[in-house]
Amino acid sequence: MGEVIVVTSGKGGVGKTTTTANLGTGLAQLGNKVALVDADIGLRNLDVVLGLENRIVYDITDVTGGHCRLRQALIKDKRYEGLFLLPAAQTKDKTSVNPDQMKELCGDLRQEFDYVIIDCPAGIEQGFKNAIAGADRAVVVTTPEVSAVRDADRIVGLLEAAELRDPRLIVNRVRYKMVKAGDMMSIEDIIDILAIDLLGVVPEDEMVVITTNRGEAVICDDRSRSGQAYRNIVRRITGEQVPLLSLEEGGLMNRIRRMIGFK
Amino acid sequence: MLDFITRIFGRESNASKNVAKERLRLVLVHDRSSVSPQILQDLKADLIKVISSYMEIDEEALEVNFENSENQVALIANIPIKNVKRPANVV
Ligand SMILES: Nc1ncnc2c1ncn2[C@@H]1O[C@H](COP(=O)(O)OP(=O)(O)O)[C@@H](O)[C@H]1O
Ligand SMILES: [Mg+2]
Repeated sequence: MGEVIVVTSGKGGVGKTTTTANLGTGLAQLGNKVALVDADIGLRNLDVVLGLENRIVYDITDVTGGHCRLRQALIKDKRYEGLFLLPAAQTKDKTSVNPDQMKELCGDLRQEFDYVIIDCPAGIEQGFKNAIAGADRAVVVTTPEVSAVRDADRIVGLLEAAELRDPRLIVNRVRYKMVKAGDMMSIEDIIDILAIDLLGVVPEDEMVVITTNRGEAVICDDRSRSGQAYRNIVRRITGEQVPLLSLEEGGLMNRIRRMIGFK
Repeated sequence: MLDFITRIFGRESNASKNVAKERLRLVLVHDRSSVSPQILQDLKADLIKVISSYMEIDEEALEVNFENSENQVALIANIPIKNVKRPANVV
């Protein structure tokens, strides 16, 4: 039985889709069977981030609507053994899927895959409710900005209300020079405020843009700092205890420079 | 020189991240407390009950809100009084 993880944030543009693509690729590279589900119906995105946009035949609403079998809609990523994508519908809206259908879908995927990762749309409406309906656990993505952290706080409250306990936080797009200069909130500041456990920290990195341009995941880039950050996060998700390396992932974090894991 | 020193020492509190953190703290107190309009409604009803035994108030115009003052969030109640009861009436 696999595990269903939803990647969510409240605010748009903070890195949910990027995170989903990298976690999926990384988990598959470790030999896991992984299904990535794009739950952002109407704004399909994960397909292009993964470079699989030309291979879509069926989408998630075809599955939930019974127009095709789950197996037919899953796109196999030929580059990584075990990585599959269930694309979002592009021409429908969020109301074309409901939470019960998502629960059922996640239940089916869980039978076949070690990890099911759901890319949640921005917002707290129907799309969010769909995305979290079948999840076992949640990863909340934020950036070190007032608006993003505020939205993350709201999401944490809503996850709690939905009985998705112990969400873990990824702080994305951290710029260490600015943190050092006191012009960006530090990881410590954000953890202080949100009071949830940290899963990892991803630096602002132009390699994310460059690899995404090519439809590749930065986690495959051995030299990039963001790739290293994502590799650490993936290992934590598999239950390994990986220290938060201060140089590589952000410095100034003595208090939380401890072993962190996901389980 | 003085400028240099004030820049170093002033930095900590003026640093924009501290401004961000403080604003975030305040807005979250507000967000978290206003999650349930029901609670505010109950609070209003209780306030009316308590205050009514001392004075006659304009229940319609009663307002209860959270407000951000300088560095804290306050519960501000605006309770227009219509008439104060005679001391003899207060038990
Ligand atoms: N760590 C990072 N460094 C630089 N750019 C990033 C980083 N993370 C995300 N981005 C960029 O930010 C934009 C929004 O990311 P995306 O994953 O689509 O956010 P969301 O799915 O939350 O809307 C994309 O253009 C992406 O390439
Ligand atoms: Mg997205």
